[in-house]
Amino acid sequence: MSRGATMAERRRVVPFWRDERVLKVLTQIGFVVLVLVVGSGMLSNYRKRGLTFSFGFLDEEASFNLAEGIPFSPTDSYARAFLVGVVNTARVAGLGIILATLVGLVTGIARLSDNWLISKIASVYIEIIRNTPLLVQLFFLYFAVIIQLPALREAIMLPGNIFLSNRGVALPWPRPTALFGPWWPFLVVALIGAVILLIIRGRGVQRTGRPSFNLLWVGVPLIVIPVLGWLLIPGNPLLLDLPEIVSKSGGVLKVEGGTKLSPEYTALLFGLVVYTGAFIAEVVRAGILAVPRGQTEAARAQGFTNGQILRLIIMPQALRVIIPPLISQYLNLTKNSSLAIGIAFLDLYAVSTTMLNQSGRVVEVFLMIMASYLTMSLTISLIMNIVNRRIQIVER
Amino acid sequence: MKPRALLPLTVLTIFALLIVAACAPAAEEPTAPGGRLQLIKDRGMVICGCNAELIGFGYINPDGEFEGFDVDFCKAIAAAVFSDATKVEFRPLTAAERLPALQTGEIDVLIRNTTWTLTRDTANELDWAAVSFYDGQGMMVRTDSGYKTLEDMEGATVCCTTGTTTEMNLADAFRMRGVEYTPLLFESTQDTNTAYEEGRCDGETSDKSQLAALRSAMANPEDHIILDVTMSKEPLGPLTAHGDNQWNDVVRWVVWGMMEAEESGVNSQNVDAMLASDNPTIKRLLGVEGEMGTSLGISDDFMVYVLKQVGNYQEVYMRHLGPEGIDIPRGPNELWNNGGLLYPMAWR
Repeated sequence: MSRGATMAERRRVVPFWRDERVLKVLTQIGFVVLVLVVGSGMLSNYRKRGLTFSFGFLDEEASFNLAEGIPFSPTDSYARAFLVGVVNTARVAGLGIILATLVGLVTGIARLSDNWLISKIASVYIEIIRNTPLLVQLFFLYFAVIIQLPALREAIMLPGNIFLSNRGVALPWPRPTALFGPWWPFLVVALIGAVILLIIRGRGVQRTGRPSFNLLWVGVPLIVIPVLGWLLIPGNPLLLDLPEIVSKSGGVLKVEGGTKLSPEYTALLFGLVVYTGAFIAEVVRAGILAVPRGQTEAARAQGFTNGQILRLIIMPQALRVIIPPLISQYLNLTKNSSLAIGIAFLDLYAVSTTMLNQSGRVVEVFLMIMASYLTMSLTISLIMNIVNRRIQIVER
Repeated sequence: MKPRALLPLTVLTIFALLIVAACAPAAEEPTAPGGRLQLIKDRGMVICGCNAELIGFGYINPDGEFEGFDVDFCKAIAAAVFSDATKVEFRPLTAAERLPALQTGEIDVLIRNTTWTLTRDTANELDWAAVSFYDGQGMMVRTDSGYKTLEDMEGATVCCTTGTTTEMNLADAFRMRGVEYTPLLFESTQDTNTAYEEGRCDGETSDKSQLAALRSAMANPEDHIILDVTMSKEPLGPLTAHGDNQWNDVVRWVVWGMMEAEESGVNSQNVDAMLASDNPTIKRLLGVEGEMGTSLGISDDFMVYVLKQVGNYQEVYMRHLGPEGIDIPRGPNELWNNGGLLYPMAWR
């Protein structure tokens, strides 16, 4: 029998609902129809209730006040209120991701430590945190710890003028003076210098397979040039602003100077970092354990120290296992920040609830919320996927 | 059938089901004007959105039952429709959830300290039935703080529940006086109150009736005072979704009927005796004369059941907000002929 005949026969035997090419097209058409039907169904139900759909309210005056993050006054628009929420969520998520990674990395390594005490402390922390709900932890942290701190009158003062009270944490903060203007070019030059050194070093590695100088040298311009600038300019370009408790008219106490973290921000950031850190620790542990034991043994046989083994042998290989689940943890942290509403932190979701209540635009506001979280999550995924691609094994 | 044919079939079935689900109208959608009342009758139950954590107005008592001033109006509506005050399903709602719940038709009536405002009436597409409680926004502070007026509160932190008119009135009141303040917004009234009690805020703002209720539940009520300033008008009352006038009429006339009963001196104790009254207003109120109930779409003697099973306005007020309850002076919530604002429309 000829080949053509077989094909023809098969075509006759295989009915269209089992033909892969037909099915692919059908599924796609089906999906488009589904989206259209569901969408139009939703819209018509919406209209049937006499509701209208418009984003015009965003330009209207919000007439409520928000006191967290970027400045806001009741005369600002709804759009700006939403921006306040977005910025606050980004503040928590951004810093939270960095801190949670550090916490997770340290605890993950600690859990594998040979030291009994260190590994047990890490296990207990991970098990307790991973097995209780985040909302409960946040409520506990906020209502049972942070707002139980003493009032401003009896604020706890830590060395270095750090004040802890139920009105938040006040920290010293460097504030630029009038002389900051002539100084900052030095910072730019220092940064450019460091980058140039890094590129030279990278070229060297590519050419010869080994760096021509130690990585520490890159830090030299970063330190030397700003210090030089500081000495050349008469006076200080930066001043350390210390917080102080001052008494206002009517005997009301207030913190002035430095920078302040509100109790809500502190509680949310701390809660999210501790919670996500525990999950990241497990991810890190899994990644390290995924590297065959032989690698460690071989490295030890060659005289590497423990630190070197971890830094040069284990971590580069473990990272390939760690990064993909790490992305999920970053996304979780970002989305979990919406629990802020429970502890009065004005994140994206909390501001939006106020907005939808005052404007009555439920569907519009929820669409905005979803779009914002989606954008943030996709951005994080995108960045992390680029990182992931960079650390994959490069085959020469 | 060969197993390989199952996959495409399954996929097709799921698609078909989803399409059917999407095309089906939203559950329990009234099809014609006045449909909500019919829907409630068919269901055999009024679904009433209420508060679950505000002593005096809507809360869950130690026996696990809903109780309070607002809750009694839910019961009165059930008594009017079904001659049985127990035919209510209570849906506890937070301030932020309440309006969407009504807009989407999840609940029939919302009685949860909801202020009648123009935007809510229009943009949120809701209809108030009547005002059952005239309130005003107040400010509670610590007695030892020395605050006497809002002007004293420069730089103060004020706790407030999100999704309320209070939030906006607070902004207006302080902006008008040129006083700087920091708002702190919680999602539930309880959390707002805890944060204030623990000293996170210098003041707590809400409707005065709520503040009184919250203060009465505090560990040391005498450490807190409610300032003698009223930041806003807060007319509270039951509301229904926009566009269903028949159902809205039922709700409003039940509320006015309870006020009318107080005005005419009819209460849960004497209602049976009053059936024989010669007073034409009482006769019409109790359905002895006229067809008031029929025109509303319910039985003519609906007020008899409301009064027997729930009571008139005064009885409800005294039970929850009077000296035995959380003790709020009646003030504007007296009848019009007694120096108050309660003025039921003419029962004829």
